[in-house]
Amino acid sequence: MKRRDFLRAAALTGLASTIKLSGGMDILAQKVPQKTGGSYDLVAVMGGDPVTMFRRAIAELGGMGAFVKKGQKVVVKPNIGWDKVPALAANTNPDLVAEIVKQCLKAGAKEVVVFDHTCDDWQKCYTNSGIQQAAKAAGAKIMPAHEEAYYREVSIPKGVKLKTAKVHQAILDSDVWINVPILKNHGGPKMTIAMKNHMGIVWDRGYFHRNDLQQCIADICSLDKRPALNVVDAYRVMKTNGPRGRTDADVVLAKAMFVSSDIVAVDTAATKFFNQIESMPLDSVTHLAKGQALKLGTMDIDKLNVKRISL
Amino acid sequence: MKLRILRIVLALVTFTILTFFFLDFAGLFPQQYFTLAAIQFVPALLAGSFVIVGVLVALTLVFGRVYCSMICPLGIYMDVVTWIRKRFKPRMKQTYSKEKRWLRLSVLAAVLVSYFAGVTVVVSLLDPYSAFGRMVTHLFRPVYMAGNNVLADIFSQFGIYTFYHTDIFLHSLVSLLIALATLAVVSFLAARHGRTWCNTLCPVGTVLGYLSTLSLFKIRIDESTCISCGKCAKTCKASCIDSKHSTIDTSRCVACFDCIDSCSEHSITYGLKRKKLASQNDVPVDESKRQFMGALAVSALAVPSTLLAQTISIPTGRVPFKRSYPISPPGSISADHLLDHCTSCHLCVAKCPCQVLKPALLEYGVGGLMMPVMNFDHGFCNFDCTLCTDVCPTDALKPLTVQAKHKTQMGRVVFIMHNCVVFTDETSCGACSEHCPTQAVKMVPYKGMLTIPSVNPDICVGCGGCEYVCPAVPFKAIHVEGNPVQLEAQAFKDEEKKEVQLDGFGF
Repeated sequence: MKRRDFLRAAALTGLASTIKLSGGMDILAQKVPQKTGGSYDLVAVMGGDPVTMFRRAIAELGGMGAFVKKGQKVVVKPNIGWDKVPALAANTNPDLVAEIVKQCLKAGAKEVVVFDHTCDDWQKCYTNSGIQQAAKAAGAKIMPAHEEAYYREVSIPKGVKLKTAKVHQAILDSDVWINVPILKNHGGPKMTIAMKNHMGIVWDRGYFHRNDLQQCIADICSLDKRPALNVVDAYRVMKTNGPRGRTDADVVLAKAMFVSSDIVAVDTAATKFFNQIESMPLDSVTHLAKGQALKLGTMDIDKLNVKRISL
Repeated sequence: MKLRILRIVLALVTFTILTFFFLDFAGLFPQQYFTLAAIQFVPALLAGSFVIVGVLVALTLVFGRVYCSMICPLGIYMDVVTWIRKRFKPRMKQTYSKEKRWLRLSVLAAVLVSYFAGVTVVVSLLDPYSAFGRMVTHLFRPVYMAGNNVLADIFSQFGIYTFYHTDIFLHSLVSLLIALATLAVVSFLAARHGRTWCNTLCPVGTVLGYLSTLSLFKIRIDESTCISCGKCAKTCKASCIDSKHSTIDTSRCVACFDCIDSCSEHSITYGLKRKKLASQNDVPVDESKRQFMGALAVSALAVPSTLLAQTISIPTGRVPFKRSYPISPPGSISADHLLDHCTSCHLCVAKCPCQVLKPALLEYGVGGLMMPVMNFDHGFCNFDCTLCTDVCPTDALKPLTVQAKHKTQMGRVVFIMHNCVVFTDETSCGACSEHCPTQAVKMVPYKGMLTIPSVNPDICVGCGGCEYVCPAVPFKAIHVEGNPVQLEAQAFKDEEKKEVQLDGFGF
């Protein structure tokens, strides 16, 4: 950091500290996810590499500029849960994360922060997933999330079981955030996609597991601060032994991607896609229906305007 | 003068690197720096590194106790304390004192006897390197980490995350208190009496001390020019110069070379024996040798005791469980192997990135007090990590390759269904299974759409991921039972590799 930047930051911090902070400010600052910029509710792409598929998908949705405005603070939240290399598909594809970061910055974002509350040792996850290096090279800031100090308690008014949660400050302080999960099976809640990826923005996951996991997953998605966009990485899909997986025998090269602002719809679409690889009835993934009940989105994707692209 | 400066420079290099290696939670220093721990006398001896022990003995036989002044971190720490004291209280001087030979020999004998009796904790307490390691791990490291956290807080205000918060917690109250007591005693003795610890309680000091009486190079006083002014005696931090009689007790001389500069008559030299200095009066070698050999004989007679099979019970919930055996760290082979080799320097405890190693209380019995034991309160053992086995200087944790670690079974998983939230609440969970690297814990169909854990202990490695993450309160539904002797985990069966040809999106 240059001395000038440091002094400027110090001066700005001083200035900012004169403004009274309150919970009310958060609500004022909150962004309700916009209706998707283009004319489609959901874009599904198949047959390309992650970067190409994302470029096509975001173009169909009106470009990144439809979601990220000039000067905004953006968070890109991948799944970096495990100390695994990209080929084992336990974490979001690093090239995809880097591409999203680049596009956010191109759209004028002031800063792009990347983090995840990992399950394995966070530094091993950040490094071995390839995400830290790729996102940094793309211009993102990598933020830690392994300590309670990085989280702030917020209320979840619509939550059924989860009434409050400690959420990572990067999400709370952002103007926009983009949810970038990877498609995997999960021994407990059956699937881990965009909704389940919210467990990486909270501190106390044990509470979720103790208090009806599937309901808590839906509840946390009703947080005021919702992702503007959900980008489901299904380039490599973990079909078995998820969400950690053991070897590459658990991984299938499916080369797909699903993008939507509707989190229930995108998870429904991804589950239906997954069902072609391994049987996964929609009604077994009960957080989908619970999310729909909380009016977070719709499982009825047939009624949506879906763009299907095969590359 | 040059010798003294050389000694100080080398000592500071050793001390700084070794200390920072312990402090360094962020892994800034390369792992190879653990070599400085591996060349310490007791660790090398327990590791059976006869080359290192041989070199150290040879070094002592040629140059005297240079080990004590340039390699031993506790010795260097004491010199630093003495130096600081001299800044503040320059008038306080050392004086010559008589050797406390019986104390030295009894402590050494006690160390040897207790070690061969399986009560390794006595060695651990008195080995200078390990005592120093515990001081750094339990006292200096938290301070270093707290300083880091303050920096992390300041920098993160400006959106800079180069520094990150790190979790400071109490590893073990007993180890903390022992480290604190060691620090207090060592610092007090160093401030008041220089190297008294090294010449009374330290077993390494005693062994190298008597060896150094045979050394080629020695500090010698030229009686013909000595005016018995006593300046050297006041400078000597080992209190081993009798200026009245112009003699030096070489067994206590730590080769610091301070006295050479103090002598206005240039009567003190460090070198080979010269005819002119024939009157050099060493400690009567025969007697001390006899006592030394006597001590060895006593220790050799001591019968190794069998390990106290300590059973600890851990209070648990709806169905409490008992861990019959502690889970010893990767590469430890068995609790017995650990007891034979570990000096509780806590380098592994300090280095473990997952904070899964904790100093034992009585899990291994009294003799294994403070030795590392797996504990899943703060984390679990990373499947691909071998760091503790890589840095262990005593070979208590044998180096493991990642492949060998994958097959090392430290313990076996035990599932208690009556505590499991899937059973009690009939809601989804799967936290244990998702953390399991081998799927020794697998979710299988239960009621309706629910899945419940099913365990296969044969493929379990005992990493504790399941136990750490199990959300059941107040009592966990899944835990790891320690293996008294580590076993080989069976290989798991891979899934069927699928090549899928997807024609459509499925919706």
